[in-house]
Amino acid sequence: MAETLSRPQDHREWFAFVLVWGAAALVTAVFCWLLGDIIWHGLSHVSWTFLTTSPENAGRRGGIGPILVSTSLILGVCLAVSLPIGIGTAVLLAEFTSDQSLFGRMTRRSLDVLAGVPSIVFGLFGNAFFCKALGLGFSILSGGLTLACMVLPILIRSTEEGFRAVPASYRLSAAALGLSRSTTLVHLLLPAAVPGLLVGLVLGIGRAIAETAALIFTSGYVDRMPQSLLDSGRALSIHIFDLSMNVAGGDANAYASALVLVVLLLAINGAASWLATYGLHRKIMTV
Amino acid sequence: MTSLSSNTLSRWSTDELLCWSLRGIATIAGAIVMLIVVFLIVEALPVLHHVGLLRFFTDPSWHPAEGLYNLTPMLWGTLFAMTGSVLIATPLGVLSAVFCHYYAPPVLARPYRRLIELLAGIPSVVYGFWGLVVLVPLIAEVQPPGPSLLAGILILMIMILPTIALMADASLATVPQQYIRGAAALGLPRWAIIRGVVFPAARSGLLTGVILETGRAIGETMAILMVCGNVVQTPSSVFDPIRTLTANIALEMAYALGDHRAALFVSGLVLMTIIVALAVSAEWISRGRMYG
Amino acid sequence: MHRSIDLFQQNISGSLAALCIVALLGTPESVTAQTTATDPLSGKLVITGASTLAPLVAEIGKRFESHHPKVRVDVQTGGSSRGVADTRQGLADIGMVSRVMKDEEKDLYAFPVARDGVGIILHKENPVQALTDEQVVAVYTGKITDWKDVGGKHAPITVVNKAEGRSTLEVFLHYFKLKNRDVKAQVIIGDNEQGIKTVAGNRHAIGYVSIGTAEYDESQGVPIKLLSVGGVAASTETVRNDTFPISRPLHIITRTPPGGLIKAFIEYAQSKAVHDIIKQQYFVPLVD
Repeated sequence: MAETLSRPQDHREWFAFVLVWGAAALVTAVFCWLLGDIIWHGLSHVSWTFLTTSPENAGRRGGIGPILVSTSLILGVCLAVSLPIGIGTAVLLAEFTSDQSLFGRMTRRSLDVLAGVPSIVFGLFGNAFFCKALGLGFSILSGGLTLACMVLPILIRSTEEGFRAVPASYRLSAAALGLSRSTTLVHLLLPAAVPGLLVGLVLGIGRAIAETAALIFTSGYVDRMPQSLLDSGRALSIHIFDLSMNVAGGDANAYASALVLVVLLLAINGAASWLATYGLHRKIMTV
Repeated sequence: MTSLSSNTLSRWSTDELLCWSLRGIATIAGAIVMLIVVFLIVEALPVLHHVGLLRFFTDPSWHPAEGLYNLTPMLWGTLFAMTGSVLIATPLGVLSAVFCHYYAPPVLARPYRRLIELLAGIPSVVYGFWGLVVLVPLIAEVQPPGPSLLAGILILMIMILPTIALMADASLATVPQQYIRGAAALGLPRWAIIRGVVFPAARSGLLTGVILETGRAIGETMAILMVCGNVVQTPSSVFDPIRTLTANIALEMAYALGDHRAALFVSGLVLMTIIVALAVSAEWISRGRMYG
Repeated sequence: MHRSIDLFQQNISGSLAALCIVALLGTPESVTAQTTATDPLSGKLVITGASTLAPLVAEIGKRFESHHPKVRVDVQTGGSSRGVADTRQGLADIGMVSRVMKDEEKDLYAFPVARDGVGIILHKENPVQALTDEQVVAVYTGKITDWKDVGGKHAPITVVNKAEGRSTLEVFLHYFKLKNRDVKAQVIIGDNEQGIKTVAGNRHAIGYVSIGTAEYDESQGVPIKLLSVGGVAASTETVRNDTFPISRPLHIITRTPPGGLIKAFIEYAQSKAVHDIIKQQYFVPLVD
């Protein structure tokens, strides 16, 4: 790309050149500072024992085993609910309704609003609806369902993009072969739209796993190993918040938990981009 | 092809079934917003009923324990923090996307993009934690008290930067290569191409990015709670502490009862109103562009 | 070939839907099943209330569970007022209240488990060694805004106050006979540790937090110091022998006279067997 553009010539070009590199350097510097700080303080506390044992003495000592379990359960509930609804809605919006239809327009508009709803408002809503009105109480289920509402717009938006990226010739050829729309969907469009879905999944998981405000009033605070989805379970980000804000001497473990969270995110992102580049090509080729 | 014969008869009913079940699913997805608004209103109703909406904007102060419910300083707090952070983050984010596409050597561009993606996922608690122990003391050295609008703007700026950077990155990628080649063939220098050709072509994506980052700036809670000082007042300088509507909910929700709790749901409603206004203006902008 | 894949995928979505339905419908039943367990020392205890008390009660709960494997103790944080409300409505079996019980709360049964003092903290490098009660009031109401007026170096005072609803705030206001409306604060904080981080990061700040927390942080090298109040040094020791003037009892409360599991837990929480946990969480065990 850079070769197609000519080199900086006059003052304005130089100024822009400096500005762009400066901005990039500034961004990198701030983020290295932040990440470096977490790694520097957190690394020495992370060990296998830390990952598997229970928190002791209000989290000052011990590990984050049950918290990791709770976090994954909350995430599991969230995905189990949001994936079918998200994919279904995306399919409908991209393949089965025209952009001009009233239903499509209304749905899309309400999803746009939903995407902007502050997480704390999701927390208020989850507390009033799932915990109180449905009687689920402070539980992993309430937290997961609240998060599902939250990640839904992200998931739908990127899956829809995935479907729109599929060339129209696929649909035309399928129709010409006399395939029904459902067959076309399952065998042609879905596999081809998976990259978009994966992007949405990564963004959604990223948002869900990092969420604090929506979970404080829904999944609660209990740092014990959960035994069912109706138990309250503390998510990793809430653990970090509690350790840094409420527990004297919790900083070391807060840093370590933050590091674990960042590494988890990195792993999820990495896995998704690997899947998108290697796993999918093969699948599309064989279908 | 074996399936064709068995499908011919049932094709339309399967399709119809699929279509209707999808419609049902989409209705659920679309109804969530309604559900949220309804529940916020139901929970806020007691206080709206015997205090009235007007007093949320005319009371002398926010002291819910004493029956005073003025939300305006927090509304200003939210708006100032949002405006400040968006004003700084937008140019930085767009420039960093430009860097990725047109300035950085490929060796740098890829890791740089990964870095930004990673930062998009860092939890707000971590940003807030860092802001509290690193940024706030630094500001306190310059101009006490430290926790302030400025700290909030800076932390928000760092948090929403990945959003605008990634959106800008994606929209720059959609600019057709021919445009750039054509402009380069005319002998235009790099920055002139970016300013004159790339930005106009990518305008819609950039605008979407700005809208998204604004939404995120309004909604951010935990980090703001940790660095902003949370004093309910209309700030007179960037070094004054502020409280945002979101921080107000997070700070007092666990402790609130009765009218106080209902008043926090009113805060939630006000936030929803801002978000709806934002979504409407986004659509207005995009429609103006479509026909303009 | 196609058909088999088709079936397979339908199965997946079908079972997913079934799973969701089961998860949604199955819940209210299991909630009641858990709460109506009648065997005296098995079942689930839900405890909500003061964030100050939450870590302590959670630790006591863990040890209680280790003695009675069939018992589960769930502790949710919040505030004293929420502890009261949840207990009244029956949402919680036991509430936690980190202050003296109010007159309108006399219908509840309160059991003190520990004591805690509220101490005033400054940054370690602040030369001010003591403040009279009048000076504290003047600082918090904004009549004194510079450290040089109370014997320090010229610098604006950063007043750190607690958010509405916190009992630490109520205890503090009550002792200094202040109204929250009159307090002119520069920073408002939520939990204790945020207050300590704020004061440690600002050389001109004044705040008030739970003494135990402050003592612990001070011993860990955090640059803060506790001021004496009314000539009495602020320490867990002076809270223990009841000479420190700003202190509060930490209660757990129930709506009805406790029986069965609840009674067993309250007796355990008040027993000497948990004194080491109370000290470990930097509170003061009750003298018996």
